[in-house]
Amino acid sequence: MPTDNDKNIQEIRKKIALNKLRDHLFWIIGLLSTLIGFVLLFTLIIDLFIDGFPRLGWQFFTSYPSRFPEKAGILSAWVGTILVMIVTAATAVPLGIAAGIYLEEYGKKNWLTHLIEINMNNLAGVPSIVYGLLALGLFVYFLKFGESILTGGLTLGLLILPMVVIATRESIRAIPNSIREASYALGATKWQTIKDHVLPYSFGGILTGVIIGLSRAIGETAPIITVGALTFIAFLPSSLITSEFPFLSFKWLMDPFTVMPIQMFNWISRPQTAFHINAAAAGIVLLLMTLFMNGFAIYLRYRFRKRIKW
Amino acid sequence: MSAIPSSPLKAEVKKLNFYYNLVQALNDVNLPIAEKRITALIGPSGCGKTTYLRCFNRMHDLYPGNRYEGEIILYPDQLNIISPKVDPIEVRMRISMVFQKPNPFPKTVFENVAYGLRVRGEARRNLLEEKVEKALKQAALWEEVKDRIHDLAFNLSGGQQQRLCIARALATNPEILLFDEPTSALDPTATSKIEELIMQLKKEVTIIIVTHNMQQAARVSDYTAFMYLGEIIEFDKTDKVFTHPSIRLTEEYITGRFG
Repeated sequence: MPTDNDKNIQEIRKKIALNKLRDHLFWIIGLLSTLIGFVLLFTLIIDLFIDGFPRLGWQFFTSYPSRFPEKAGILSAWVGTILVMIVTAATAVPLGIAAGIYLEEYGKKNWLTHLIEINMNNLAGVPSIVYGLLALGLFVYFLKFGESILTGGLTLGLLILPMVVIATRESIRAIPNSIREASYALGATKWQTIKDHVLPYSFGGILTGVIIGLSRAIGETAPIITVGALTFIAFLPSSLITSEFPFLSFKWLMDPFTVMPIQMFNWISRPQTAFHINAAAAGIVLLLMTLFMNGFAIYLRYRFRKRIKW
Repeated sequence: MSAIPSSPLKAEVKKLNFYYNLVQALNDVNLPIAEKRITALIGPSGCGKTTYLRCFNRMHDLYPGNRYEGEIILYPDQLNIISPKVDPIEVRMRISMVFQKPNPFPKTVFENVAYGLRVRGEARRNLLEEKVEKALKQAALWEEVKDRIHDLAFNLSGGQQQRLCIARALATNPEILLFDEPTSALDPTATSKIEELIMQLKKEVTIIIVTHNMQQAARVSDYTAFMYLGEIIEFDKTDKVFTHPSIRLTEEYITGRFG
């Protein structure tokens, strides 16, 4: 004759079985959701490679755009992209890091910093074309920088500035307060504490944020079109290095330019399929550029975090 | 305030009040700090002993809304170290602190100990090496780390890390060394090492220690102040406080009837 205890155990076992069933069900749903994203993305990339890979070659990287698809290349586009990125990094990185440090370490917590904080978080989500419009008004018409590399770089710099600020603040916030107190207790000033501790310990995180921002900027098309990048550029900007003193020239800043995504956009909107293949090939190059940057970010994060355990 | 220490004073707290915004955390406290002696602050959690200790190196200045009233006179120059006219950085350069949890910088052992000197602008390599070695010896850590002085401090054990923090605080020859429950995160072996070290150090430096471990206060200190609700209830020689407390609340606390 079954006792009460046996009955209880039977019931508990039933419940466990039911809970386990739910567990498995969620496992399957989760796996499917992951696979959908992964498979779609993977198919896209494979498709891109099948179309574009045969087109990649020395000629493709060293030729200007052309009316003839087989003679066309991405020379002006990749050079333009790199130069624009230099301007973007040179503006967004120092400004963003300084602003992040100010807000986190110096700024008193009052309604003004609170307002800046809310704005900063919203700015990171503003559609990029809006930045394009702002830049058109500010850099092209008001400051008269023209449709230049400088304008393009500043526009993208503006676009990723909130991302750099947010990444800086988050990495700084991850440093335990006990470390700051240890520094202050030894008689360090605020700036000594920031320069010797806060910045070095958060550097990995900041750098990761910067690179992720830059790899977003590298693929942006809309704001660059808005500020008037040309789609057909058959020359390179002026050289960075000159033969006379001071051997560095900044004339290139004011030169017209194009970038990779614009070159792609230009080719894809043409009727001839041969141009579509060029677009796929340019897509591969852009994808590899982004992958390389993200890989570098992961490597840096690993290298800097390895030394730091809280 | 019953007993005035017979040895010369290094510091003297006079009618100190401390406020976190509108909340008063210390209420008219007085305390003489004898030179090259160990003064312990004991009391139940939340009695204000850590708040009290952190007044001595102006740690409260790091956060907004904190306010001091009264005086902490530092001898021999009779400087009121909590006066707004006195730079907290100057105070912290004269009075070092060791924290509750070991908090070494994620740098090498050497750079941890050298940091206080670097802050003071010292860059001469041989001088830094000399002082780092001296501080590590004072903190009874030299023998254990002399072969890995350029390893990361995080590779040391918890007790070693805390002794490293003590060496870091000692490297700049402070006049007073503050300990904020320095063994509460350590195991018994590491704890007894630190206690031994603290007793050694009083030959060279004035020490104030906050502890919630009454046996620790009884073992290491010369003077003990019992605190309760932001006030000093009793202050006397340690053996007097623990054997013949003059106030009932003290007796109840040290015999474990509350706290």
